[in-house]
Amino acid sequence: MARKKSPAGGKKKKEEFVPRIVVFACNWCSYAGADSAGVNRIQYSPHFRVIRTMCSGRVHPGFVLRAFEMGADGVLVSGCHIGDCHYIFGNERAVENYEKMKALVRTLGLEEGRIGLEWVSAAEGPRWGQVIDEFVERVRRLGPSPVGR
Amino acid sequence: MTAPDNSSSQEPKDGEELRIGVFVCRCGTNIAGFLDTETVREYAQTLPGVVFAKENLFTCSEAGVSEIKRGIEENRLNRVVVAACTPRTHEPLFRATCEEAGLNPFLFEFVNIREQCSWVHKSARDSATNKAKDLVRMGVARAALLEAQTEIRSPVVASALIIGGGIAGLSAALSLAKRGFEVKLVEKKEEMGGMLRFLGRIYPADVDAREIVSARIEEAANHPNIEIFTSTQVSDLRGYIGNYTATLRGPEDRSEGITVGVIIVATGIRALVPEGLYGYDGRRVVTQIQFEQELRKGGDLPHQVVFIQCVGSRNRERVYCSRICCMTAVRQALMLKEKTPSAGVHILYRDLQCYGVEFEELLRKAKKVGVRFVAFREENPPVVDDGSVTVISDVLGSELTVPADRVVLSTALLPDESGAATSKLLKVPVDADGFFLEAHVKLRPLDFATEGIFVCGACRWPCTVSESIAQALGAAGRASVYLAAGEVAVEPIVAVLFDEDKCRGCGLCASLCPYSAIEMVETDSGTKARMISVACKGCGVCASTCYRRVIRMEHYSDEQMQAQISACLKGS
Repeated sequence: MARKKSPAGGKKKKEEFVPRIVVFACNWCSYAGADSAGVNRIQYSPHFRVIRTMCSGRVHPGFVLRAFEMGADGVLVSGCHIGDCHYIFGNERAVENYEKMKALVRTLGLEEGRIGLEWVSAAEGPRWGQVIDEFVERVRRLGPSPVGR
Repeated sequence: MTAPDNSSSQEPKDGEELRIGVFVCRCGTNIAGFLDTETVREYAQTLPGVVFAKENLFTCSEAGVSEIKRGIEENRLNRVVVAACTPRTHEPLFRATCEEAGLNPFLFEFVNIREQCSWVHKSARDSATNKAKDLVRMGVARAALLEAQTEIRSPVVASALIIGGGIAGLSAALSLAKRGFEVKLVEKKEEMGGMLRFLGRIYPADVDAREIVSARIEEAANHPNIEIFTSTQVSDLRGYIGNYTATLRGPEDRSEGITVGVIIVATGIRALVPEGLYGYDGRRVVTQIQFEQELRKGGDLPHQVVFIQCVGSRNRERVYCSRICCMTAVRQALMLKEKTPSAGVHILYRDLQCYGVEFEELLRKAKKVGVRFVAFREENPPVVDDGSVTVISDVLGSELTVPADRVVLSTALLPDESGAATSKLLKVPVDADGFFLEAHVKLRPLDFATEGIFVCGACRWPCTVSESIAQALGAAGRASVYLAAGEVAVEPIVAVLFDEDKCRGCGLCASLCPYSAIEMVETDSGTKARMISVACKGCGVCASTCYRRVIRMEHYSDEQMQAQISACLKGS
């Protein structure tokens, strides 16, 4: 994800910080929710990139470490609502892994706000857009990550 | 079961040059209208391993599909990336396209630039184009590491275990037996028949419940393909679709092991015993089931009867509606009116649930013959006194006292007590109220998410007898798909223990697996995990918890994931 500059001749004087955000979305709920946002033409921030996993419980804390090492400003993990997991309780493992991820983020000396865990169902297209917008804004406020530069 | 086959001549061998083809879909103006597909295509062409990049007007059209096939053949492509809509709808099509062109379908990668890009960033063309470029770069990086996979096949034992000997279990058993499959029908009570043993006449067909169920019990008992186990419970279950081993614990703790290919859960419901509600005493204030016996026996029937609906349901403790008690109350009221036309009947309700043509007709008939319906609010429940019931009518807004020789409580219907144990044993989910949860409420209403296990009847949700039977036939139909095929194919997105030496046998993966698809086995070099590929659903929970990192998810390996993450952040 190349750092983007505001268009030449734009009104903004200072280059606006565009965060680099990796989103892990489970295939059955959150990825489908993102598709549903598209079908409903929900408009939201483009400053994130989705990586599809089968289950949010698949996201190894090592993946998050890699992302921050590579210079990500934020990482969001998104899965099915608790009780609705396609894999019965895979998302409960995601909750446990999320605790490890938070510890990892602290070890790196980063703010906990750079990591997020959200539940978005296949039917929650508008919510997906909202979750992304809020996370992008949260990371934007935190500014560029000092790690991996 | 066959191991992944890498022998197809189309796949690159070690050291063979990567030849990735990228197809960027314009989707008419759906994509090209909001981002620059030509720029994305040009960019794709520069990515490592990409030897061919093409724009299509509609990649999923016949022309588009032919272009992919031609692209594969003319450029000897060994990986295909399509940047278009969503894999959730179009992945099967493009995988099949690759296969037709002689490429293993798992060497295909989908990049979503419509639902998750062009459609949601319509007023940010530059950002959308940049995002599409990034997503294509990530897809290409992943594609480079994809490996050919083959379907996993495993035999299915042509026999079914059915848990529950009520009308649902019996109907499913007979249906499967008549198709020629062996059935083991397990009932925990001494007597078969379930709830129907306690009912009288069933409306709208107006038939005798016990006659229906007795006929089926007899038919099942005499059927050569059905083996009935009463006073028996499933005490242990191992295995996976096609090959389950169940331990049945029968009378006097006798145990027996059986092997089956599929399982149908039909454990039914029970009625709440309304202790402490509305002065319930089982004589003057009774439940619907008790009143049913009274109606059945005939003789002197009470002259003034008041039904109170939603007893113990649709409250804070049990939020759900038991769905059939309104219709039962209307039916019992009509039966009473038929026998004693001068009887006074009041049904005190909060909302009336009489769905379907026949039951609506029944409701009209009840109103016509003089059954009185009085609505009340949850916060103003009726008060039962000696010989009368006082209720605040929600319509009139005033207090109403009606005579009552008998008060019938329409109590909540609860899942059978065995539900929790069954859920745990079979590793299938129940909802907050203890009813079983199907794989998908609309698309897969009789399947559990675990392949090879099905659900029918009132253990899923309180339902009428005809609904129970319909579901039982449906579940039997679903089960017979696997029994008739004789083997089951599983998508090869499964967990593999790729370095057994490094496995320390901690068992964390096995304990976390939602499908019991990992077992711990003793080997010469200690305890090791063993993956049961055919039972694996590919969630990857084991891979994300293995501290030795020796579990690989086929098609979603750590390397493939890391490559995507790196490509995402490395930038162009």
